[in-house]
Amino acid sequence: MKNKIRDLREQKGMTQEELAEFIGVSRQTINAIEKQKFDPSLPTAFKMAKLFGLPIESIFQFEEK
Amino acid sequence: METMKLERTKRIRKLAVWTWTWVVTMAIATFGPEFIWDNHSFLTPFAIIVNLANGILMILANRDLFNHFDELERKIHLESMGITLGLTVVVGLTFSLLDQKDLIPFDAEIGFLVMFTGLCYLAAVLINTHRFK
Repeated sequence: MKNKIRDLREQKGMTQEELAEFIGVSRQTINAIEKQKFDPSLPTAFKMAKLFGLPIESIFQFEEK
Repeated sequence: METMKLERTKRIRKLAVWTWTWVVTMAIATFGPEFIWDNHSFLTPFAIIVNLANGILMILANRDLFNHFDELERKIHLESMGITLGLTVVVGLTFSLLDQKDLIPFDAEIGFLVMFTGLCYLAAVLINTHRFK
């Protein structure tokens, strides 16, 4: 799944550590999500959408493999 | 995040304490009857029961730590446990078969399987962690 987490985080001037703290996961998890190696759970995706003030579908784009 | 780290450290310490006491009680239950209490009829089963209770507390401490993992850590550890369980069953039965058919020059002791399980889980966690970096 593609996502815009890195761009949105940088626009907000946040570090991975700060985003991880806000969401309640580890920095490694944020890094894996940004590198699209790991798809977050629904609660994590909703927390991110709430933080960035955007709908989930504009942050995450589903791709058929 | 500081609170999370402190909680994580607390749970890791708790698991470390129960693991080490389990190892110590296992050594006492194994060597005690022969070297400490000369096969006393009460102390031997008592030492075994203490070791079993300690092992159960170690498992609960491990579950406590697992419940504190985030979603990626859970995925890493669950996949590692799956691989370890599968390999332990398959390799363990092959090892036992080799012993039964006298194809290896030593007995297939449970200790070998425990060591194999530990090393397998460690390797699987390291490989899976690297995959998501």
